[in-house]
Amino acid sequence: MSTSSSTPSVPTEAAGGADRAAPAPAAGAVAVEPGPDERVAPARLAHRLLIRPELGSLIGAVLVMCFFAIVADGFFTASGAATWLDDSATLGIMAVAVALLMIGGEFDLSAGVMTASTALITAMLATRAGWSVWPALVVSLVFALAVGALNGWLVVRTGLPSFIITLGTFLALQGLNLGVTRHVTNSVQVSGMRSTDGYESAGRFFASTMAIAGTEIQVSVLWWLVLAALATWLLARTRFGNWIYAVGGAPVSARNVGVPVDRTKIVLFMTTAGAGWLVGSINILRYTSVQANQGIGLEFQYIIAAVIGGCLLTGGYGSAIGAAVGALIFGMARQGIVYAKWNSDWFQLFLGVMLLAAVLVNNSFRRRAERSRR
Amino acid sequence: MTNPPARPQAGEPSTIESAAAAETGATKAPASGPGTGAHLLELRGVGKRFGSVIALDDVSTSVDAGEVTCVLGDNGAGKSTFIKILAGVHTNESGAYLVEGTPVRFSSPRQALDRGIATVYQDLAVVPLMSVWRNFFLGSEPRKGRGPFSRLDIAEARGTARRALSEMGIDLRDVEQPVGTLSGGERQCVAIARAVHFGAKVLILDEPTAALGVKQAGVVLRYIARARDRGLGVVFITHNPHHAYPVGDRFLLLNRGRSQGCFGKSEITLAELTRQMAGGAELEALAHELHAEAKA
Repeated sequence: MSTSSSTPSVPTEAAGGADRAAPAPAAGAVAVEPGPDERVAPARLAHRLLIRPELGSLIGAVLVMCFFAIVADGFFTASGAATWLDDSATLGIMAVAVALLMIGGEFDLSAGVMTASTALITAMLATRAGWSVWPALVVSLVFALAVGALNGWLVVRTGLPSFIITLGTFLALQGLNLGVTRHVTNSVQVSGMRSTDGYESAGRFFASTMAIAGTEIQVSVLWWLVLAALATWLLARTRFGNWIYAVGGAPVSARNVGVPVDRTKIVLFMTTAGAGWLVGSINILRYTSVQANQGIGLEFQYIIAAVIGGCLLTGGYGSAIGAAVGALIFGMARQGIVYAKWNSDWFQLFLGVMLLAAVLVNNSFRRRAERSRR
Repeated sequence: MTNPPARPQAGEPSTIESAAAAETGATKAPASGPGTGAHLLELRGVGKRFGSVIALDDVSTSVDAGEVTCVLGDNGAGKSTFIKILAGVHTNESGAYLVEGTPVRFSSPRQALDRGIATVYQDLAVVPLMSVWRNFFLGSEPRKGRGPFSRLDIAEARGTARRALSEMGIDLRDVEQPVGTLSGGERQCVAIARAVHFGAKVLILDEPTAALGVKQAGVVLRYIARARDRGLGVVFITHNPHHAYPVGDRFLLLNRGRSQGCFGKSEITLAELTRQMAGGAELEALAHELHAEAKA
């Protein structure tokens, strides 16, 4: 219980009693990881796979890919892949951050609008104030982190549902985006990034393409993959990851054993806002202009992707890889419908069915994970 | 019903410690050695009021290393107030609270914890969807690597959790399984083992057997005995004398905020303890009444 000892010692005298009777594990590194109990061996691998939150989304992704590979010409080609990966990438970056926040037990409805707010700030500073793109990016990042911290602070201080707090910031940002843009530019868009100072160098980071297998792949795809891998490592291997699961799963218990619940949640809100900045920067440097009403409604897509990826709406359970795969399913379906030359109206139907299926599968998987094996 | 491991019936703490050490292979020396003569915890005439309500009045008892002090009482007897004073949630208004012979006034549970007084509450401090080892180390995770590469030492954490649990006699099939899949008794035991591992000297257990079936309660009692044998002082709060008597060394009876006496095991029998708990004469009167009704 005591959390004062950050490095719990493993006293040598601790190797007593029952452990001595165990079939002598070798010394050193092997000794700390005794072999699996013979009672769990048979069911272990299958069970391990089944309790992975991202399993459902992986199966779904394979099915969707096969489906469109069959029905849509050109879907399963290098250029086709580049198209749906591109569509998935920015959604995936956000879905990964939103998944972390959801595992931590909170929502962020302002995440979609944040992509527009940061892009607008960068664009206005660069095109109207004549700043170089780099310092403009820094200012918009600071703005995003501040809004994220405010969201988090309000949620932990008031104890109100993050749904309602971030709905407030969502509306406020939406109003700011439109109001300030119209005031500054007398229109609802900011354009002209191409001629700004630092556009080239910043574009290389956020909006360039790489030739892979003879096809130009957007650099945002790389960002997406790197962030998904990083978030997965964070969740599985770090102390902070442990805290994310704990604050989402049982905040009171977590606080009792010394987890800084408030700080963890605030950092998660800032992470989501930071991801919004990254996507906003990718968009503004790629398309060189931004609409003031951009990003509205995207917050639900992020949450949907995270849920398809295995996140529980109640927190404490989920996966960053799953969220990235959820975004992939999203992108494949949206572009697959185009390749199949269907009316894009069908996409919403597909999305609804997919979401319901994901929630049902998640629910049964979670029950399986929690099921008493007595 | 219960079957705590046999242990030496010894008078002075030193014998108990050495016997316990021999049995468990551990050499965890309690801080209040036999030389100091002070109890690990001692309460002298402790009282607490909430406004005009007297929650606790003139309660005295002691807790020694390698012994179990049972606190028995019906609902509203003041058990909760009593443990909250021990745990540092409340401060006593009268009387004295001594830890290892020195008077203390804890203003937060954190301070009590720092003195090695760990409380395992009924609503356990575990996160159901997280694995056993992640729960075991939650808040005190072992890490390796530096700066941004600092990461959990998973092999170490798994191994230590498994070892600490098996030392307490908790034989889990898999420390990877979510705590939610464990039975109530096992969950309680994980919380106890965690407190023991992180250096508790005194373990306060708030009704650990209350929500459990007969068999599960037996499992928890066995771990209480195990913690005692490792040299910890245990405060075991319960309203069930059948759970208290097999493991207890000292029995504090509370009724309506007042102490009904603190008895050593040799001074009271299970039958007497049950009678006292059940309200003694009241119960006999009730039995007569029911008997009479049945006849009529």
